[in-house]
Amino acid sequence: MVALRRLGAMVLTLVISSFVIFAGMYAAPGDPVSFLIGNPENMTPERIAAVRAEYHLDDPFIAQYLTWARDLLHGDFGTSMVYQQSVTTLLGSRLPVTMSLVVYASVLFIVIGVLLGIWSALRRGTAVDALITGVTTFATSIPNFVVAVVLISVFAVKLRWFAVSGPGEGFFGRIHHLTLPAVALSLGAIAVVSRVTRQTMVEQQSLDHVEAARSYGLAQSKTVVRHVLRNSLGPIVTMCGLIVAGMLAGTVVVEGVFGLNGIGSLLVEAINTHDFPVVQAILLYMVIAYMAVTVIVDLIYPLLDARVLARSTS
Amino acid sequence: MTVAVLTDVTGVRRKHEWPFYLSAAVLVIAVLAAVFAPWVAPYDPAKTDFGAIWQPASPAHWLGTDQLGRDLLSRIIHGARPSLLGAIALLAVATVLGVLIGVTAAWKQGWVDTALSRITDVMFAFPGLLFVVLCIAVFDRGELTSVLGMALAYAPAIAKFTRSIALEEITRPYVDAYRLQGVGGFFLCLRYLLPNLLPTLVGYLVVLFGEGLMSLASLNFLGFGSQPPSSEWGLMVQEGRTGVIQGIVGPALVPGLTIAIVVVATNVVGVRLSDKLAVRR
Repeated sequence: MVALRRLGAMVLTLVISSFVIFAGMYAAPGDPVSFLIGNPENMTPERIAAVRAEYHLDDPFIAQYLTWARDLLHGDFGTSMVYQQSVTTLLGSRLPVTMSLVVYASVLFIVIGVLLGIWSALRRGTAVDALITGVTTFATSIPNFVVAVVLISVFAVKLRWFAVSGPGEGFFGRIHHLTLPAVALSLGAIAVVSRVTRQTMVEQQSLDHVEAARSYGLAQSKTVVRHVLRNSLGPIVTMCGLIVAGMLAGTVVVEGVFGLNGIGSLLVEAINTHDFPVVQAILLYMVIAYMAVTVIVDLIYPLLDARVLARSTS
Repeated sequence: MTVAVLTDVTGVRRKHEWPFYLSAAVLVIAVLAAVFAPWVAPYDPAKTDFGAIWQPASPAHWLGTDQLGRDLLSRIIHGARPSLLGAIALLAVATVLGVLIGVTAAWKQGWVDTALSRITDVMFAFPGLLFVVLCIAVFDRGELTSVLGMALAYAPAIAKFTRSIALEEITRPYVDAYRLQGVGGFFLCLRYLLPNLLPTLVGYLVVLFGEGLMSLASLNFLGFGSQPPSSEWGLMVQEGRTGVIQGIVGPALVPGLTIAIVVVATNVVGVRLSDKLAVRR
């Protein structure tokens, strides 16, 4: 029942967002015919009529939306006006770079963020805790394009450890090339995750069962791993999921700075060239990716916390 | 035990008072720079000088010059205007929208609340960039577009927050008292409910201001907002990038750090204000 309602809400969200996205592009000024034909010499009345018929431009708005939506359901996102190839192929060729960047950045921010959070929670009130809290607070206040420029000027230009731009060849080449972008992308997230981890762990530490475990002499490392960390996982996983979901749509700036040919730079390019089918497809991809990640988190959550599972089945 | 913890907390607060005053001073300086830009800036921000491109910091140019020989300090001072005004406009539009939706949802309850909450939830789930891209598609790029788009992205968060605090506030006896006296719903919300929500809202809004400043700077960095020759800070970082590859970091780094410092300052002030103002909660 709950699953059905979730599914219904998702479908509704998709319908609304696809409608809004389509309406936005429909309302955009400028005649699409002139973009489609390109060369002004070809602007004969017959050609214009042919193009209008081919792209269903004379249909009423709702009919155009329905045609577009039906094609979407068949996996057809239309044809890029600039590249003259299907949007699906175009997205397919750009997706790997963005995905590897997001995966790399996610590994970085989850591992480092959680470790920093645990460390400062265990050293609460000491100089280490104050230092971590201070540095992470500052880190969330620096826009990631500034971080990216600093990283390039220090590690790529001055020290020459990394390349200035490009996605790199092969597995290790890609890891090497994506290191700076991934760091730039994950810095703010590390700060947020470490803060959430610290907060929930500090709350957990003062609970009775932890006090009990400590009082009957369980080693501190075991208390932390088995009781404190395990019960803190819920909020941490939720926060990590939200950040990953945001990252799937948030690589635009970092891709631009590091000259990576991913989804984000394709979006900027498509906006600049008024390539609306591509813009529509990428915006839809962002909405779908966001929903997919949040659903995955919802599915994982009961596995981490048996109490949630018990509550939802009873 | 409790008493000991409390005194400990206030003790820490008092000892850490200086970041608040420092941050407040930073914000005051930024606002003053924006207001008095033409009088404080040593040079014309758009005046090029090809005899002095990419100069390092010197007594003549305190922060150096950029790729066109324009004085960086003057550009930063003039850039405070679009940067701060943009963030203020963004927040103003988002707050009006958000508070309107939030208070209406909390006040009407029933199906109005359900409908409004569902809409804000759906909007909340979208990446902020989506609204901006849609606005650009419809209105073309520019300062107004980026501000409007970002305002749409921020409104749902404010609506959610306002609704939650308004729901709590509505249960207070004074609201019923006014209602019994026959005060109309709209007037009651505007005259009595809203002023009581304000203290809690202000702290939240100040923190959002920092975030809004960053998002707007990112949009300008991408070239979707202010256009040259504006010296908006995000745009300055974008223009300064050409020098980075040749090892000249000043033109990109100076505006970047300015954004970071102002955002840190608003965060410190915002957190402090919400601690101070939201005493009841």
